[in-house]
Amino acid sequence: MAGEVVLLDTWASMFGMRVRIALAEKGVKYEYKEENVKNKSPLLLQMNPIHKKVPVLIHNGKPICESAIIVQYIDEVWKDKSPLLPSDPYERAQARFWVDFIDKKVYETWRRMWLSKGEEHETAKKELLDIFKLLEGTLGDKPFYGGDSFGFLDVGLIPFSSWFYTFETYGHFKMEAECPKLMAWVKRCVQSKESVSKTLPDEKKVYEHIVALEKATTGA
Amino acid sequence: MDEVKLLGCWVSPFAHRVIWALKLKGVKYEYIQEDLSNKSELLLRSNPVYKKVPVLLHGDKAICESAVILEYIEEVWPHNPLFPKDAYERALSRFWISFAADKGNAFHSFIVSTEENREKSKTELVEVLKIVEDQALKDQEFFGGDNIGVVDIIFGNIPHWFEAMEESVGVKVVEPNTLPRLHAWVQRFKQNPVIKHNLPPYEDLVLFVKGFRQSLISKTPNASA
Repeated sequence: MAGEVVLLDTWASMFGMRVRIALAEKGVKYEYKEENVKNKSPLLLQMNPIHKKVPVLIHNGKPICESAIIVQYIDEVWKDKSPLLPSDPYERAQARFWVDFIDKKVYETWRRMWLSKGEEHETAKKELLDIFKLLEGTLGDKPFYGGDSFGFLDVGLIPFSSWFYTFETYGHFKMEAECPKLMAWVKRCVQSKESVSKTLPDEKKVYEHIVALEKATTGA
Repeated sequence: MDEVKLLGCWVSPFAHRVIWALKLKGVKYEYIQEDLSNKSELLLRSNPVYKKVPVLLHGDKAICESAVILEYIEEVWPHNPLFPKDAYERALSRFWISFAADKGNAFHSFIVSTEENREKSKTELVEVLKIVEDQALKDQEFFGGDNIGVVDIIFGNIPHWFEAMEESVGVKVVEPNTLPRLHAWVQRFKQNPVIKHNLPPYEDLVLFVKGFRQSLISKTPNASA
């Protein structure tokens, strides 16, 4: 499926990473444009006027916004290679349900943990761990969420692993101790999928970025 | 052919999204009314993550979250399509589904608004609805074009439910002079025979919303300031 593909993104965005992984899985060539969220480009504001957020995929000049929607679009347009959504409608529903769950819960809970202290912080930390434990339970004994192959929910969740070091450091816990099966799945994805290993940023760099962001926000 | 059941609640606009989709496609199903103050074993077992309605039960499978259920229904019963055929148009429909979910807060602020902050809340909501009117509905009869589509179903709480909220709060938001196309769509949507015969009784809905509003106001800090 020919046509110009442009991705507006920021390197540390776990939502942007989903799109990069999906494009890599499909072997799609695209132009990557790094956005500065403090100084959004006219192109971003034009292509996503409602939310003004990344990632935005621009295909033949037309924008698609929201990472879960973009990944589904990519799967439907470049359908001849590496299918991401399962073919069975119930399995598709399950994959969509869990990606929606991740989108509703993970980032918002992390933010609460990040920006709070004392009891509020502890509550958010417990909630964040409960979320990952629930996701770990959903994996069961399968190698991937997609079963034998890497699928939509794998793409949806794996980018958060590049933020685990950041979560661990702010929350004072270790994912390996709390969610060993999930960590085994992370390793499996990184080792067996080039799309993942080439996309995920260094987790220490992500942490440094968050620390710098916090200093800039709070002036601390 | 596996049995289809829907766990719903008479007042839930989310449950009605599923009712409309099933009815528009002529899918036979058994409706099970849930008492949300006393949730059934079946509901808790079928939706352990959120414990909410609607839940679609198809054979032994449970599908939760109305947006996910709508996609499932479309895929299992593809006749009388509710989603566009084109991948880009489909992505746009999904964008509006996500947008509607995102803007719940604006509606919530409106419902708990009191005399002091009513106008501000109304202005914010009109801004949101203007975006929906300009960019989603445009000059079409329905969000889905000539016929009702999934985005009409998603915004289907603006007719009836939001009207009940307007009556409870005491201020009209969707008016022919400020949101002409959306106002016209509201009337048109309610006239569709499937929709018309699958709405909760309006007076009962108003009573419910008034009570719901009072309970929210008593729980919301600064709401009565």
